Amino acid sequence: MADDRIDLMAHLMRRVGVGANRDELEQLIERPYEEVVEELLHPGALSDPDQDLLDRYLPTSTSPEVPTGWASRWIYNLANGPRPLREKMALFWHHVFATGYFKSSHARTSVAQIALFRENGLGNMRQILRDLSRDPAMIDWLDNSKNHAKAVNENYGRELLELFSMGIGSYTEDDVKAAARAFTGWTFTQPIPIYPYSTSDADFAFDEADHDSEEKTFLGQTVVDGDDVIDVIVKQDACARFICRHLYNFFVADEPQVPSWNATPPRNPDAIDVLVSTFVESDGDIRQVMRTLLNANFFKAARFRRVKSPVEFVGGAIKLAGVPPVPNLSVARLSRAAMLMGQELMNPPSVEGWHTGQEWLDSGTLTERVNFAVEQMTDTARPGIASIVRRVAAAGDATPEQLVDRCLDLCGPIMASPKTRATLIERAEEHGSLSCSNSPTQETEARIGQMLRLIVAAPEYQFA
Amino acid sequence: MTTTRQKAPVLVVIELKGGLDFMNTVIPYQSGVIRDARPNVSLPIEDALPINDELAWHPAAKALNALYDAGDVAVVQGVGWENSSRSHFRAMDIWHTCEPDVIATEGWLAKVTREFDPGSANPLTAVSFGRGLPRALAASGVTVTSIANLDQFGLMTKVEVEEERTKDLDSFKRMYTPGVGSGIVQDYLAQTGRSVLKSADMLADVPSRYSSGIEYAPNSIAQALRDVVRVHTADLGTRIFYTQHPGYDLHANESVTQPQLLTQLTEAIADFMDDLRGQDASQEVTVLVFSEFGRRIKDNGSGTDHGSAGGAYLIGDGVAGGLYGAYPSIEPKDWLNGEDLRPTIDFRSVYSSLLDQWMGIDPTAIVGGAFEQITPYAGKVGTPR
Repeated sequence: MADDRIDLMAHLMRRVGVGANRDELEQLIERPYEEVVEELLHPGALSDPDQDLLDRYLPTSTSPEVPTGWASRWIYNLANGPRPLREKMALFWHHVFATGYFKSSHARTSVAQIALFRENGLGNMRQILRDLSRDPAMIDWLDNSKNHAKAVNENYGRELLELFSMGIGSYTEDDVKAAARAFTGWTFTQPIPIYPYSTSDADFAFDEADHDSEEKTFLGQTVVDGDDVIDVIVKQDACARFICRHLYNFFVADEPQVPSWNATPPRNPDAIDVLVSTFVESDGDIRQVMRTLLNANFFKAARFRRVKSPVEFVGGAIKLAGVPPVPNLSVARLSRAAMLMGQELMNPPSVEGWHTGQEWLDSGTLTERVNFAVEQMTDTARPGIASIVRRVAAAGDATPEQLVDRCLDLCGPIMASPKTRATLIERAEEHGSLSCSNSPTQETEARIGQMLRLIVAAPEYQFA
Repeated sequence: MTTTRQKAPVLVVIELKGGLDFMNTVIPYQSGVIRDARPNVSLPIEDALPINDELAWHPAAKALNALYDAGDVAVVQGVGWENSSRSHFRAMDIWHTCEPDVIATEGWLAKVTREFDPGSANPLTAVSFGRGLPRALAASGVTVTSIANLDQFGLMTKVEVEEERTKDLDSFKRMYTPGVGSGIVQDYLAQTGRSVLKSADMLADVPSRYSSGIEYAPNSIAQALRDVVRVHTADLGTRIFYTQHPGYDLHANESVTQPQLLTQLTEAIADFMDDLRGQDASQEVTVLVFSEFGRRIKDNGSGTDHGSAGGAYLIGDGVAGGLYGAYPSIEPKDWLNGEDLRPTIDFRSVYSSLLDQWMGIDPTAIVGGAFEQITPYAGKVGTPR
């Protein structure tokens, strides 16, 4: 019964954000799909009132010590802000360039790093890596401030190649050493203090005296400093493939885990080739690659082909239930909810980031996911639920089948398996047909609430 | 097997994430070579806790040293494999799957779980505490329970009307019935959902059944080991416990951070052993501690970069304490690639010994071949308990 335009738009909005409600979807489909994509790709064109509101209502979310509150604001903005793709690109780069705050105990630099991804997440790959290599949170996280001309620390040099740009197998140990030497002397001022938790920013600094300015051979080319290394990296086919595969994994459909990529071919090699050729032709322009991706048939066809990440799951559930127009304390708890599901923002398990797809799901995290989503559905006064109740009731009296189908439609639309649909119908039949008047009764609300909580507990709801 | 035990043997695995610096845990403390190679992470000689004339424990591992002196700790020296990887990702994957050359999807402990419980009758045969399920415990058809919060484990707990909740759980069960041809991820999800229902039932009264005089520190590894004791003493048939302790990737500030981590870890293990002994539940338990690799011989001015050979530790009442394998040569002429400790024993030898001599199962299919074994369970020396 679902309108395919609604279905496609819902899919797009789940991928570029955490989903959209029915009012939003009905507005969006009034414009051509490509136009909506263009607007998403140019988030700068929209105003951004959310920060002031959050500063006002959640002042405690700006701790200089731990970024938990900032992370909650991020999830809130993802669900509620006018620029979902900007927030989602920041989340994408955070997955790839996984940086933790606990080492510095200086939330400010972690938050600044995410702001960097937010600002330039759709920019050029070369600039993204240049910014990353100058980012104090990253320099501290991977010890580049301890990478000296006379005492080389390989940490950043290695992970830049392995985890951030090309993947294992596309360079040698000598290339790691050359890259590390090229980044000697890239450090920051205002050392990130442990105590007291500073409210000052850290800034990038280049210490020429501590820089190894000799020529090095990196991937067969002569380089001197870190920018040279980045220039060589971005020209590599390995870089184009690695980043495009990450984008595919994050936005289109789950891939095998990253460490297996050099040995396991992509599930859809043709799709990766299409993205790679855009990457190469545009000299690493991420906005161009995303334009190709979001308009591609392989993207449009990939509905429910990804397991939601915890952040997507939490954001999606609060979006469905309705985000409070002014943030309240429930907003402050969002990052903790995602943490219990296995994704603590700005505190990944290690520099490798998170394993995604099926590995988000185990008995512990599934328990947290189901319980969180069900809890969101228990208050039928919340605006998203109230809106669903109104829409179900406005469609008139409903048989148990109609009740189930209307609810499934308004929760996604979700494509339920026959098994799930039959289970829902059986529960709906306990109370017979639903008679709807103009103003929904408590019974109507309760019955729809029951359906919604079972739908978000269903296996189908785990997928985006 | 040399020990007679009434209860089935249990394995507790502690994964140290990031690459523990073996050379700075069991330290060749008299070696001038080492002191010259790593001036910025080495301790004053007098602080070390000597094991013999050559080796000493790092002082932060004091609690483990005490267990070692009591004869309950086997240190396996120089653990690694040929052409080991300096990538955290790959190295950990290899430890988890026992496949150094190809990308594998089946974890070694998942295979052990399958061996103990082929029909997945008990979802608590293997239990992991913490965030996410480690690859070591993942394999298709193998059900493992992952517990983020033992005190609140259960589904639909926010549905307040008990009658509704019971019906919801029944609906949940039906929706999570594995279906033919629905897809690998969907099947896995259905199986996971069903196992949660079952394990939640089994775990419901575990917290209320546990009491202990041991006060664990309020850090993640201590609390995880306390959870292991709580589930183990509830006698639910768990054979494998798994948990992780992150933070060992010390490229910088090693001399500050490593002692903090070692103190947390070793005190937690000591409390854990005391607790088990107090509950008469220690005889059947062995702990394995491992990390993905050791670290570079020369320091980098503040910490150490990724290296090769490391160590593994077996701890328990059944363990014949002492040093096993050979400490890799620290003479510069023997350094692997001119900068690393050369592994002297394959990690699969450690696994094989443990599986064969402790868990009582044939290791060959699990570790992918026959590997020479050490004998950490033969002839326990020390004070009998």
